[in-house]
Amino acid sequence: MSELRALYQEVILDHNKNPRNYRAMEDANRSVEGDNPLCGDHYTVYLKLTNDRIEDVSFTGSGCAISKASASLMTSAVKGKSKEEAEQLFETFHQLVTGELDGFDNIEELGKLAAFSGVSEFPTRVKCASLAWHTLKGALTSTATIVSTE
Amino acid sequence: MSTPSATIVSSAAAKTLDVERIREDFPILHQRVKGKPLVYLDNAATSQKPQRVLDAIMRYYREDNSNVHRGVHTLSERATHAYENARKKVQRFINAGDVSEVVFTRGTTEGINLVASSFGRMQVGAGDEVLITGIEHHSNIVPWQLLCQERGARLRVVRITDDGEAPLAEFETLLNARTKLVAISHISNALGTINPVREMIAAAHARGIPVLVDGAQAIPHVRVDVQALNADFYVFSSHKVFGPTGIGVLYGKQSLLDAMPPYQGGGDMIKSVAFERTIFNDLPYKFEAGTPNIAGVIGLGEAIDYLNALDWSAVENHEHALLEYATQKLKQVDGLRIIGTAREKAGVISFVLGDIHPHDIGTILDGEGIAVRTGHHCAQPVMIRFGVPATTRASFAFYNTMQEVDALVSGIHNVLKVFH
Repeated sequence: MSELRALYQEVILDHNKNPRNYRAMEDANRSVEGDNPLCGDHYTVYLKLTNDRIEDVSFTGSGCAISKASASLMTSAVKGKSKEEAEQLFETFHQLVTGELDGFDNIEELGKLAAFSGVSEFPTRVKCASLAWHTLKGALTSTATIVSTE
Repeated sequence: MSTPSATIVSSAAAKTLDVERIREDFPILHQRVKGKPLVYLDNAATSQKPQRVLDAIMRYYREDNSNVHRGVHTLSERATHAYENARKKVQRFINAGDVSEVVFTRGTTEGINLVASSFGRMQVGAGDEVLITGIEHHSNIVPWQLLCQERGARLRVVRITDDGEAPLAEFETLLNARTKLVAISHISNALGTINPVREMIAAAHARGIPVLVDGAQAIPHVRVDVQALNADFYVFSSHKVFGPTGIGVLYGKQSLLDAMPPYQGGGDMIKSVAFERTIFNDLPYKFEAGTPNIAGVIGLGEAIDYLNALDWSAVENHEHALLEYATQKLKQVDGLRIIGTAREKAGVISFVLGDIHPHDIGTILDGEGIAVRTGHHCAQPVMIRFGVPATTRASFAFYNTMQEVDALVSGIHNVLKVFH
């Protein structure tokens, strides 16, 4: 049960129940769909990008608690960040959920995202935690309109 | 002479399955997962294997391993004998009229693809129709879609009711002069619905239409008699019926198999080869190109021996009791909705739990040592029909116990606790 408690931390359950920035953005200049066909998780990430800075970010869609909380916490974390900063944060987040983060040097950088540290014990759930991030990356690079983790 | 009361006692005893004794035959069941005794409720995905199946496969590789139908040496003769003997076991198990009607495949999926590719191409033309039901597994949808696309034919689907049944009346209204082939599952993997296959086959035959039955989910739960069903083709997988993976069976009526072109070319499926002309082998070898999965066939034969030694009426009683008990228990859980409530069901309970995603349910149950399947169960049209992205599915085998059902229910209460 302790591993499960580490996975389903309060902050994750809270963001699953009350997702932040959960809305379609009418004046978005980028929007990308993210899909995990195996689970049926499906999200759209909306971006308002001005001079490579994330002025606003939101999302809609549905999926498991891990994927939805991750999308919610991601939007809170990257708002106001530059494209490079957001991509760097994804890099660190990805290391966290795959258990490759070296020590705790970068844990402060992650802030509330550190709640996903338990995911590394559940390899099948890494895709859930990173779906919204892959979608965001797709929106930032703007080459794709649909991103799949399969 | 036994007294009447003694007779009643012994007949009642004959119908009670000694589940604890049976569980001893399955070594994998005796382990702890995440510190809890394993509760394996994913039998519709694949079943566990009794020790004697594992032993038979090991014995083959240790003592008899050799290619079949080739050598004159002793090992090859032994391997060939074991391989062909297993074919006879399958023939008796499904009551096929002739041993040549039993073709070994890689599994249900390959069996359906073989029929679609070989029989389908000679049977279905432009403007024709292939009829399936709305409860099919992807493996009994996609091969027919590919065939219909290639031939300019139309795939038609029997709509399913809110209970997850494919009504016979609707099935019959869809049969028409353009229908050239019917493909139906015997039991649905996602919902557990038992299709009225005997009646469906009779209705199709009354119009001269051949029928393939996908028996993947039926073969572990009901005794199948392909002649009584009058199925033209019946396909199943070994791994769902307590045998190894990678092997399956296509039963086909001899007259149909004889008329069909080969599916794959290669060794073993030929009588003679010259660059000008090749003469194909007789049935069933015409459809078994290349070195087959010999160990798999031997393992399947052993699994059939194991099943034949069980009291099948006791097995059916026990499985029925498990399904009834689990259905009643799960219905009492707040916010739990069972998807698939057909009158005739076997071994499968699919459900949703409030707005909690099945993947979260599956992860939390796994933390309790409980293995269930979560997702769309390779039956996305069924999920669409019921308006859910996925379900959690518990599926039973005869080695499951009432205590395991209790563990599942208690695990679901833990899920509710985590999500308040």
